[in-house]
Amino acid sequence: MRRLILILVPYLWLLALFLVPFLIVVKISLSDVALARPPYFPQLDLSGGWAAIRDFVAELDFENFAFLASDDLYWKAYLSSLRIALISTLLTLLIGFPVAYGMASARPEWRPTLMMLVILPFWTSFLIRVYSWMGILSQNGLLNTFLLWTGVISEPLTIMNTEIAVYIGIVYTYLPFMILPIYATLEKLDGSLLEAAEDLGCSRTSAFWLVTVPLSKPGIIAGCFLVFIPAIGEFVIPSLLGGSDTLMIGKVLWEEFFNNRDWPVASAVAVVLLAILIIPIVLFQRNEQKNREAGQ
Amino acid sequence: MPQTVFAPWEDPDEKPLIRFQNVTKKFGDFTAIQSIDLDIYTREFFALLGPSGCGKTTLMRMLAGFETPTTGKILLGGEDIAATPPNKRPVNMMFQSYALFPHLSVWENVAFGLKREGREKDEIATRVADMMRLTRLDKFARRKPHQLSGGQRQRVALARSLAKAPKLLLLDEPLGALDKKLREETQFELMDIQEKTGTTFVIVTHDQEEAMTVASRVAVMDEGQLVQVATPDRIYEYPNSVYVADFIGDVNIIEGAASQSGDKVLVTWAEGASPLVATSTAMLTKDQHCYLAIRPEKITITAEEPETTNKVHGEIIDIGYLGNISTYHVKLPTGHMVKAQSTNTRRLSRRNFTWEDKVWLSWSDTAAVLLER
Repeated sequence: MRRLILILVPYLWLLALFLVPFLIVVKISLSDVALARPPYFPQLDLSGGWAAIRDFVAELDFENFAFLASDDLYWKAYLSSLRIALISTLLTLLIGFPVAYGMASARPEWRPTLMMLVILPFWTSFLIRVYSWMGILSQNGLLNTFLLWTGVISEPLTIMNTEIAVYIGIVYTYLPFMILPIYATLEKLDGSLLEAAEDLGCSRTSAFWLVTVPLSKPGIIAGCFLVFIPAIGEFVIPSLLGGSDTLMIGKVLWEEFFNNRDWPVASAVAVVLLAILIIPIVLFQRNEQKNREAGQ
Repeated sequence: MPQTVFAPWEDPDEKPLIRFQNVTKKFGDFTAIQSIDLDIYTREFFALLGPSGCGKTTLMRMLAGFETPTTGKILLGGEDIAATPPNKRPVNMMFQSYALFPHLSVWENVAFGLKREGREKDEIATRVADMMRLTRLDKFARRKPHQLSGGQRQRVALARSLAKAPKLLLLDEPLGALDKKLREETQFELMDIQEKTGTTFVIVTHDQEEAMTVASRVAVMDEGQLVQVATPDRIYEYPNSVYVADFIGDVNIIEGAASQSGDKVLVTWAEGASPLVATSTAMLTKDQHCYLAIRPEKITITAEEPETTNKVHGEIIDIGYLGNISTYHVKLPTGHMVKAQSTNTRRLSRRNFTWEDKVWLSWSDTAAVLLER
């Protein structure tokens, strides 16, 4: 009985805060757009009894999903989101791993300070930080002014409103999510393992690839998922830094909701996005599970 | 057939495998090793013994190449190895924590060093199989280190460090993580493997029994210096200082002043007590301060006054019963506490002495070792 209650609490929590809202979104995605408030049809009227529920279910259809498949804007947006999320995850890994490695090899008394520096940006609003990147990257922003002043370039670079700006934004925003899990695994790494590898004939470099990297794999995988999953649905960064040419599904979703006021299509976009994300989320969970088992 | 005793250190023509020449190692202001000279010979099982922080691990890490001497030279087979990095030395190390690669199976762990040498696949497989048989790990090849018991991990670490057939194998507290019974078994296994492979072993330990059991020679270290380097029996029977006598086994130390008469030395040790006799080759000045070291098992306990020169009378304060032997703590009228051991050849119920008994302790003229420091 106690066990049942213990299990029930988190399940009720998930049910109320995840499953119910999701089912509402699914329901909206099966509805039709209407000029009304709320802007979709049919509405469920429980006072009408069974007959009303049957009528309601009969009105639902997969029209919106068919529409998503027919218009190439959507699958292009999905693909482009996938591509941008993948590339930015890779870039974040390339930058995050050396940072985490440096932190883990720093003297122990320095580590809390370095950790603080990584977390510090979270103390300011994310929106403000993205806006300040606009100031850095724009045509006559800080970066261009500096590069022109040093004479590296003669013409200002166009970074703002390109995909490069989106990559910079995503890498900047999600870097701590990559650094922290990798740092956690590297910090636990037993230094004598590297000495053993050297003792058995490895150079420093091969010891890194044969021991350090495989043993930090759980951290790398966790970091990649923590960046990839939010990056794929990212909306603020592409709309502020990417300009109109950058196609990302988060932006499309936003526009459907607020510009077109087409809640059913927007919901369908969200449902498909979730379906796409479930695959990496499940993989991520399995990775975590495996780590827990290995740790025992 | 006469058995030749293995004692290359007594042969002046024998070339040492390792030679420490006036080696000093400093970490900042701290001197870990203070100008050490030491020769270790091929096929030796050499033990570095000392309390933690005495520099024994630093000495070993210099052999492995993880530390370089601040001054002095380390020669391996006559060549200075100071500039050779760990991965280029014909030396392998078995780590105290074993340092097994957790992401690799037992087989891959053992094969790790061989693969780095770029050997043929078949050759690696044969060599790994040999090592697994030697350490009785055949059944565990596919397991990961975390699926093994402590004793099995210890054997994997040994197999891995032996796989490359090093000239010199370093063992850093190899049995520290095992329980007593397993440790004793493994000591004999280690000796057996050392003999079979003919590898030179250098073992670091703080356990004097372990050092005595496995080693051909023992170096006792203290505060970065070698106090005594000798075979286990010489270290035990002829310690060169109170430090060594006290570190190895149980001992009674009696302070006194010496007066020499021939090869016999009389030691005045307490007001009103007759002087004790010891044999010594050292020439002592009159009234020189000295120490007598007497092992408890060399002291005889009797109820009647014995007919020897070295005898003291006292009262049994405590009895330490260890099963095979008992240690009697006897208090002398002078306040000295003397430990004496006797073998329990009889059943306990028929023990001769008990608490508060007045007894005589005696030992022969050659039993005590006279020490100057």
